[in-house]
Amino acid sequence: MKILRMIGRGIRDAIKSVFRNFSLSLASISCITITLIIVAISIILSYNVTNFTKEIEKDLTIVVFVNNDATEEDIQNINLELKKIENIVQKETIYKSKADVKKEMQKESEIFNSVMEEWNNESNPLKDTFQIKVKNVEKIKDTAKKIEKIDKISVVRYGEGMVDKLISAFSSIQKVTYGAVIALILVTIFLIINTIKLTIYSRKREISIMRLVGASNFTIKIPFIIEGIILGLLGSIVPVLIVIFGYPYLYRVMNGYVFTPLVTLITPTPFIYTIVAITIIIGIIVGMIGSSSAVRKYLKV
Amino acid sequence: MDIIRLKNVKKQYKNGTTALYDLNLNIEKGSFVFIIGGSGSGKSTLMKLLYREEKPTSGQIIVGGINVAKLRNSKVYKLRRKLGIVFQDYRLLPKLTVYENVAFAMEVIGAKKQEIRSKVLKSLEIVGLKSKIHNYPNQLSGGEQQRVAIARAIVNNPKMLICDEPTGNLDPEMSMEVMKIIERINEEWGTTVLVVTHDKEIVNKLKKQVVTLKDGRLVNNKAKGTYDNENT
Ligand SMILES: Nc1ncnc2c1ncn2[C@@H]1O[C@H](COP(=O)(O)OP(=O)(O)OP(=O)(O)O)[C@@H](O)[C@H]1O
Ligand SMILES: [Mg+2]
Repeated sequence: MKILRMIGRGIRDAIKSVFRNFSLSLASISCITITLIIVAISIILSYNVTNFTKEIEKDLTIVVFVNNDATEEDIQNINLELKKIENIVQKETIYKSKADVKKEMQKESEIFNSVMEEWNNESNPLKDTFQIKVKNVEKIKDTAKKIEKIDKISVVRYGEGMVDKLISAFSSIQKVTYGAVIALILVTIFLIINTIKLTIYSRKREISIMRLVGASNFTIKIPFIIEGIILGLLGSIVPVLIVIFGYPYLYRVMNGYVFTPLVTLITPTPFIYTIVAITIIIGIIVGMIGSSSAVRKYLKV
Repeated sequence: MDIIRLKNVKKQYKNGTTALYDLNLNIEKGSFVFIIGGSGSGKSTLMKLLYREEKPTSGQIIVGGINVAKLRNSKVYKLRRKLGIVFQDYRLLPKLTVYENVAFAMEVIGAKKQEIRSKVLKSLEIVGLKSKIHNYPNQLSGGEQQRVAIARAIVNNPKMLICDEPTGNLDPEMSMEVMKIIERINEEWGTTVLVVTHDKEIVNKLKKQVVTLKDGRLVNNKAKGTYDNENT
């Protein structure tokens, strides 16, 4: 109960002080706003990149064609060699004999069905195959080269040639954004420290009297920390609105994908609510870090 | 029982000035003590050590059972809640009314609203300012402002009242009025009172314990002292 009364008082004081030092508060709020907009965009970008990287990875398969003259033993050997390659997801390696492939294709279409009807094991022009998934898509080229070296293998084929380049480009973009976000957060914290410092300064007399009559340090610090949180919350309003209205709009305009249906966007709901929550939490944390360090530095109580 | 115990207390400020040399002093609970001495003799320094505004360079200070010399900054509030402190310059908050200034001392330690109301009114009644609760400090005389400060100092029922030249800015008549209130608090509530003062007349008239400092040393400690013979 006592602590609630203290926090109530803290909120009242904090709101007063945000308005009393309005211009500096506004500067902090704007800074938080800009930071959070960029943070939100980076998070959206990052989630989407991760999302379609996963999607692509799911589809990205290396197909190994076994030579027609390969014996049972050769196939066993290929299997063993594949097991030695690090980047292969061993559990998902699928062997399909040419008869299996034929059956599958027959099922898929009526035309195939009628044409392939007449093939027997000798005249079947298809090949035995291994379908392989890789752990790290960025290294798919390396893995393919290693597989090519195995005996009795003709062709190694993997998905779109551009995909791995695209993914590594995305991951560089992600790294650059992270750097920018961290720099922006630091600038914002610096501004908040200065805002709170001014508040502390304007209330020096009050603070010294609080000390004198036996207020605990915690009580004295509460209003300043709440002020930081309020700045963070006010700063997150615009970014939150941008996320809530901007992302679904973008999603609609782009029909849910970027350039090619291969690169799909995450559906807006409930995705945007996650982003909104993260944005607000970051706003609050940045506000709190700023005010706490100001309090530590300038309120030697 | 002693509420204050100082043992071999020395205070040297950072700039090298030594304000107190090897001070030994015990004050009994419930006493009324005047601290006198010339300018720069270390009276304010002694008070600051007691309410832990300053830390001693060496020696032991016990106030109300708290080891003040070793008290961590974050625990100072525990000491302050046992003390009421009054200064020459009143230290009121100009934007708060008389009532709010006194209530402030209870609010910041988390008291309940009803409790605040009754205790604040009672304190203001004791200092005779119940009719001016809605005034702001700049609408009061010096003596009235000092009485508000006293009301604030006693509102949390402290064990001890520390006053550093409470009548320093007041004319003789008002000085006596303020000092009478402090005396009453001591007599009626048993609150231990320490008063630093330069006011000869008051010291001589009230006939209380008098502790005299000179150049940072205790030179006299008399039960019913006067200003004249212990002069500095
Ligand atoms: N914060 C400080 N830093 C350095 N020296 C100080 C400080 N405060 C007091 N002094 C010095 O310590 C000595 C004692 O000062 P103190 O304020 O205790 O005297 P006092 O007895 O209260 O004097 P007065 O009657 O004028 O108020 C003085 O020489 C003073 O200059
Ligand atoms: Mg002094």
